[in-house]
Amino acid sequence: MYNFQYHKPDSLDAAVTAIAGAEDGKIVAGGMTLLPTMKQRLAAPTDLVDLSAIPDLKGIGLDGDTLVIGAMTTHAEVAHSDIVKGHTPALAGLAEGIGDPQVRNRGTIGGSIANNDPTADYPAAVLGLNATVRTTKREIAADDFFEGLFTTALEEDELIVSVAFPKPAKAAYVKFPNPASRYAMVGVLVALTDDHVRVAITGAGQDGVFRASEMEAALSADFSPQSIEEMALPAESLNADIHGSAEYRSHLVTVMAKRAVAAATG
Amino acid sequence: MAPDGIGAPLRRKEDKRFLTGQGRYVDDFNRPGQAYAYIARSPFPHAGITGIDKASAEAMPGVLGVFTGHDLAADGVTGALPAGWMIHNRDGSGMRTPGHPILQTERVRYVGDPVAIVVAETLAQAKDAAERLEIGYDELPHVVGTADAAADGAPQLHDEAPNNTAFFWSLGDKDKTEAAFADAAHVTTLDIVNNRLAPNAMEPRAALGDYDPGMDQYTLYTTSQNPHVARLVMSAFVSLAPEHKLRVVAPDVGGGFGSKIYVYSEEVACAYASMKLRRPVKWTAERTESFMTDAHGRDHVSKAELATDADGRILGLRVRTYANLGGYANLFGTATPTYLYATLLSGQYIIPAIYAEVDGVYTNTTPVDAYRGAGRPEATFVVERLIERAARDLKMDPADFRRKNFIQPDMYPYETPVLMTYDCGNYPAALDEALKLADHAGFPARRAESEARGKKRGIGFSAYIEACGIAPSAAVGALGGGVGLWESATLRFTPTGQVIVNTGSHSHGQGHETTFAQLITSYLGIPTDQVEVVHGDTDKTPFGMGTYGSRSLAVGGSAIHKAAEKIVAKAKKIAAHLMEAAEVDVEFADGTFTVKGTDKSKTIQEIAFAAYVPHNYPEGVEPGLEESAFYDPLNFTFPAGVHIAEVEIDPDTGVVEIVTFTAVDDFGTVINPMIVEGQVHGGIVQGVGQALLENCVYDLESGQLLTGSYMDYCMPRADDVPSFKVGMVETPNPSNPLGVKGCGEAGAIAAPAAVMNAVTDALGVEINMPATPERVWQALATGPAAVAAE
Repeated sequence: MYNFQYHKPDSLDAAVTAIAGAEDGKIVAGGMTLLPTMKQRLAAPTDLVDLSAIPDLKGIGLDGDTLVIGAMTTHAEVAHSDIVKGHTPALAGLAEGIGDPQVRNRGTIGGSIANNDPTADYPAAVLGLNATVRTTKREIAADDFFEGLFTTALEEDELIVSVAFPKPAKAAYVKFPNPASRYAMVGVLVALTDDHVRVAITGAGQDGVFRASEMEAALSADFSPQSIEEMALPAESLNADIHGSAEYRSHLVTVMAKRAVAAATG
Repeated sequence: MAPDGIGAPLRRKEDKRFLTGQGRYVDDFNRPGQAYAYIARSPFPHAGITGIDKASAEAMPGVLGVFTGHDLAADGVTGALPAGWMIHNRDGSGMRTPGHPILQTERVRYVGDPVAIVVAETLAQAKDAAERLEIGYDELPHVVGTADAAADGAPQLHDEAPNNTAFFWSLGDKDKTEAAFADAAHVTTLDIVNNRLAPNAMEPRAALGDYDPGMDQYTLYTTSQNPHVARLVMSAFVSLAPEHKLRVVAPDVGGGFGSKIYVYSEEVACAYASMKLRRPVKWTAERTESFMTDAHGRDHVSKAELATDADGRILGLRVRTYANLGGYANLFGTATPTYLYATLLSGQYIIPAIYAEVDGVYTNTTPVDAYRGAGRPEATFVVERLIERAARDLKMDPADFRRKNFIQPDMYPYETPVLMTYDCGNYPAALDEALKLADHAGFPARRAESEARGKKRGIGFSAYIEACGIAPSAAVGALGGGVGLWESATLRFTPTGQVIVNTGSHSHGQGHETTFAQLITSYLGIPTDQVEVVHGDTDKTPFGMGTYGSRSLAVGGSAIHKAAEKIVAKAKKIAAHLMEAAEVDVEFADGTFTVKGTDKSKTIQEIAFAAYVPHNYPEGVEPGLEESAFYDPLNFTFPAGVHIAEVEIDPDTGVVEIVTFTAVDDFGTVINPMIVEGQVHGGIVQGVGQALLENCVYDLESGQLLTGSYMDYCMPRADDVPSFKVGMVETPNPSNPLGVKGCGEAGAIAAPAAVMNAVTDALGVEINMPATPERVWQALATGPAAVAAE
């Protein structure tokens, strides 16, 4: 790790000022990705702006039918929240399946989606559940938020404040963990809202999380595993590494999607 | 019998300090004025070094010194790390093992090959300075694949070793074996890859050099499985310092699995830098450094064949193996794929003819050396995969096929065609016990139940044998070993009656402090809490050969036994004098000397006191009660057993679940059954790791290590394995006074074949380790051809 200036603002305004004033600043939420990267000297920010002292970023609440989760809410808090369990049990289950207890007690929803790791779980939830990302500047629809590997619509001095999830009729998330890291090699979130189905896939895509439109159409017509039985994503657009080829990931997407539909209906 | 003595499942004495964070590992040691080292390493798999400019690095804040191989040479540290075992080629010529320099000055041969040591006031400063170190590299073409290294046109690593071949060695009778195959009714053939593994000790390697200029004395705290051997190598081969000026301390060491047998560059470099700077110098590996530079294990590519007659009797076995040595031939690197491998190819079976050829090849990868099992897992995998495959080919029950070909209990001593003389065992008994524990009879019903759920179930056996407790020194020498593999012990009574055991063995997780104390309890009647086992310090312990190859109890324990006999013999003289009896009338049991036919008695503690306060003392007997013994074994020991894995495969994903795992082992006499069971568990998990999860992968194109962290190297976790069913068969070993055989490696030796035999039983298709979900899915989706082409 190289030396850096450490900031711990206690308000959103102060945080924005700190990040805007830094030469090459980074925002740190739970630090689950950034700190290991810095320790390995693969990242060398001049400044770290720690969001953990800002009260506005914390908490879980309901706004009518909308579930609002503060950006600095940890995975463990989401996993154990009765509000989340009552609203979207699949989201609590997803949070419970992230990393290990240490990660779940440090990592945050805001940090996860701002980082947009292609193998992270939360991007599938935000995209699949058609959430809205509320920032210090605006509201961003999930479809507009994720722009590619480790890339989002966030501007440099824009902070995520909270994430707002509409209530789905049915939803489930099923993942196939990478045997070594246990990140999602393929993770599929399926959500049924009114008559429309969204299918968001993480872990598999070369550009990070994405929606499987053909599966969405098929499932919107018939919300059953059988309706996507013969449906496979083209391997060309999928990741390949020592743990799984693109063809294998394509196969797993279908298997996990079927299992997610079964879980959502079961 | 003493309640805490031999056979008692005593809780481990050392665990209190480990579990409460009070163990003293190398990185816990800090010396006044200590500086920190960072090692500059090659980023390339193969390159010439065109120059090293230290000036910019030396000018960085906090830097105390930057040293290269040129500096070591200038100060007389001119030696290299040796290959400790001479292997001869088939034509009788010697192996080609150019030296393994401490720090490279001319050429680097793997990613991570050390080039310089940078020492600074803090670790961060040392790292900063290392980034400014200017090392000129001229990249060379590289080869990392085991099967590619000896091919025509492959990039060459060492001028002294054409075709990257260190040796082309063979064992067994070629003509007889070919004749056996010519007569065979059936020949089973397998192409086998024994995957490369990274050892992954919980404690990364560490070294702390502390030079005392007044005494001209080096002290090196290091993560070693054998501190005396480390000192010997650093003195005799590396020329760091003469042995009497070098003290090696290996305190609590957090696991080794073989990887801490060898002397590594960092240890020499830290000791040297401490001498140059007159400051203690500490280095601790980061986890990625461990993946990159701890000696790797296995990495064989073999073609193996088994010949059988029309009745299902084995006629012969032959195998051609390419063994990857990595960039340099390491300490046991040449012995592991030869004498520790091919000598076990008879397994538990009567095989009239065996012939093995092994090519030891250099590649641009981390050196490969002994890793838990060391050659014997590779041998067991060849034998047991062939046996299982042959049984299936012959439509015989795999258990029946084994039973038919087993060496029978009345055939010992049994000479195999590959040098070994098995001294005892009972293979059919272990098989019967394992079949019972595993409920083999119920397997068809369980398989049907799995199939009803859309799953595939398989069962697989592994009837392994290993050779432990290496070995009579004369035999080791005759086979090319550079040392004698005896062991030592000193037993010292205190005047107040406790016993201090100084052992040449080294515990880095094995529980010696408990097991050895139990021996003392049984031999001398001293309670285990009054026994202190001291190991891991060349200043405190007699010269010993260290711990590896499941040898500590069989060889080191036998040295303790021998020393205890000497103690009793001397104490008996003193007791006879004190009780005014003839020595022949004095008997010793449970810590007390008695005179036959009288009520006279003296405890051994009373005798110890008399020995140190010899006011009333026998004439001609020296004061004091302390004895040393060196024990040279009579033979290898041959632990053996039968492991059975039962797996269930999800055909949708290719995920293999181990449903049950049964292990029945014959370790001879068991001293502490709880520790033995723990060793079995750990070994099985490592074996399961190799079979299903672990794979050390180099990128063929770039030569970079792809599995340099736990993000990509798949270590087994608790939820990857079931609870194990463990059973024992005990045939006491006739070759040592304890009757023991060794248990540390059995699981890692047996489990891979058991798991892969179960996986292939479920799939009906051959597949290589590790049986990852993708490979299993591919085997199911596309059949055998695609897998073979992989």
